[in-house]
Amino acid sequence: MEPVILSCAELSTREINAALAALPDGASARVLEPRGRHNLAVGLSNRVRIDIEGNAGYFIGGLGDGPDVVVHGFTGWSVGENLQAGSVRVEGNASECAGASSRGGTIVIEGDASSRTGISLKGGTILVGGNVGHMSGFMAQAGVMLIGGDAGDALGDSLYEAVIYVAGTIASLGSDARIEELTESDVRAVKALAELGGASFGHVQPENVTRVASARGLYNFDALKDQKY
Amino acid sequence: MCGIVGLHLKNPDLQPRLGELLTQMLEAMTTRGPDSAGIAVYADRDPAPAGHEADPGPDQPGPPGQELRYSLRSDETIDWDLLAKRIAAETGRDLRVEPLGSDSAVFVSSAAETSFLAAVRRAAPQVTVPGFGRSMVVVKDVGAPAAICARYGIPGWGGYQGIGHTRMATESAVTTAHSHPFAPAADLALVHNGSFSNYATVRGRLARQGIRCDTDNDSEVAARLVAARMAEGADLADGLRTVLKEMDGFFTLLVTTRTQFAVIRDSFACKPAVIAETPDYVAMASEYHALAGLPGITGARVFEPMPEEIHVWSR
Repeated sequence: MEPVILSCAELSTREINAALAALPDGASARVLEPRGRHNLAVGLSNRVRIDIEGNAGYFIGGLGDGPDVVVHGFTGWSVGENLQAGSVRVEGNASECAGASSRGGTIVIEGDASSRTGISLKGGTILVGGNVGHMSGFMAQAGVMLIGGDAGDALGDSLYEAVIYVAGTIASLGSDARIEELTESDVRAVKALAELGGASFGHVQPENVTRVASARGLYNFDALKDQKY
Repeated sequence: MCGIVGLHLKNPDLQPRLGELLTQMLEAMTTRGPDSAGIAVYADRDPAPAGHEADPGPDQPGPPGQELRYSLRSDETIDWDLLAKRIAAETGRDLRVEPLGSDSAVFVSSAAETSFLAAVRRAAPQVTVPGFGRSMVVVKDVGAPAAICARYGIPGWGGYQGIGHTRMATESAVTTAHSHPFAPAADLALVHNGSFSNYATVRGRLARQGIRCDTDNDSEVAARLVAARMAEGADLADGLRTVLKEMDGFFTLLVTTRTQFAVIRDSFACKPAVIAETPDYVAMASEYHALAGLPGITGARVFEPMPEEIHVWSR
């Protein structure tokens, strides 16, 4: 089936999202001339493939529950925010808060992601081929992140049960985040994640990544004890 | 919210299009704050004669060719030519009037800056001076960017650099005087996305040094602080470092002087900023879609400045 063509030069964001939501499972669409448009392919629950042909704005593919969205360019803040299922792939760089609060599905950033990547992650998978900025993984509760490059300051601050793998260097760990020994199951998991990520993760050596997880010192609030919030 | 944009041209061929490009960028940011807007545009004027290139300083009259251009604004009906005559008489210097819509005018005078500003205050206390300088003209108003830019004919303006702001007020009232840019010293203009929290403290500190703010706006304090440091001899980057050190809050600042164009973000990079650079220009905006219509944008190097990094371009 030929993909449906939708152009941002002619249609409003609502018209585009309504047209995408109306697609039957298995269909595909191309969104042309996004020119930094926000909120494209948001809130879709059908199993469709959407190609955004250029640089896009904020919240691309957010709240998705099934579609596979590919951005052939870079994105602004909060790409794949609150993703439930399906995938969002960005071929360029992503700005802040990539994959914020995502509960399921996979977000792949082939280039760099900015600060607060995976903030409050709730079960989704985030793969970044390049670097991530400061405070990535902040308060991440569940899910996994693989960072192919370097991580900025305060990585994994106040982590809960999410796990972060970093192939490059870590500028600094946040409060209550710690480096843990890499197990065989970690290596297997990283290998699978790098394969899922594709060619921009070819440099990742699964046995040489750093595993960051919670030290669990901040799980229970105790006002009387010396805390490090 | 609030949206900020700026364009610093390297290729002189683009100069006739500065106003058009800046207007289009600012209009794209309207959704980030539609309550008021303003711009500062820098254009090359008559060059100073040889031996007179140096800035004469605020208390000295300028030589011919080094006049300052004062952007004036009045919400009450005013006879600009009559005001010009009074100021010319008071300062003892000839004055040229360039009309700018019904509520604004640019006065061009070689009088010393301090004596000109004092003369305006005495002759017409209802007139405000949104900005002044050898190269810079500032207009600002309440309303949406499209209407304001159309009213002053901004798309037709040429120049080598410009910045713009569209505001969603959080810290102070929605009036023309509270709108950005803030331009408290010759050829210095600042636009701000964010909010400062300790601005009353810093404003008090400046007041004890004899520096007064015109409004109770938080961003004006940052502009006055940068101007104060630069008056003491700091360069623009040092002035911005002072903001980082002394002011607490969220900010992406875009600040320009006659020769420089600078961007800084707070320590957490709480407010957005995208920069695009090509051999022809440096462009900055709160969001990429303000840059998407610029010529050659597909080949530009597009990046986000990191927290506390100061990016400066000079001509």
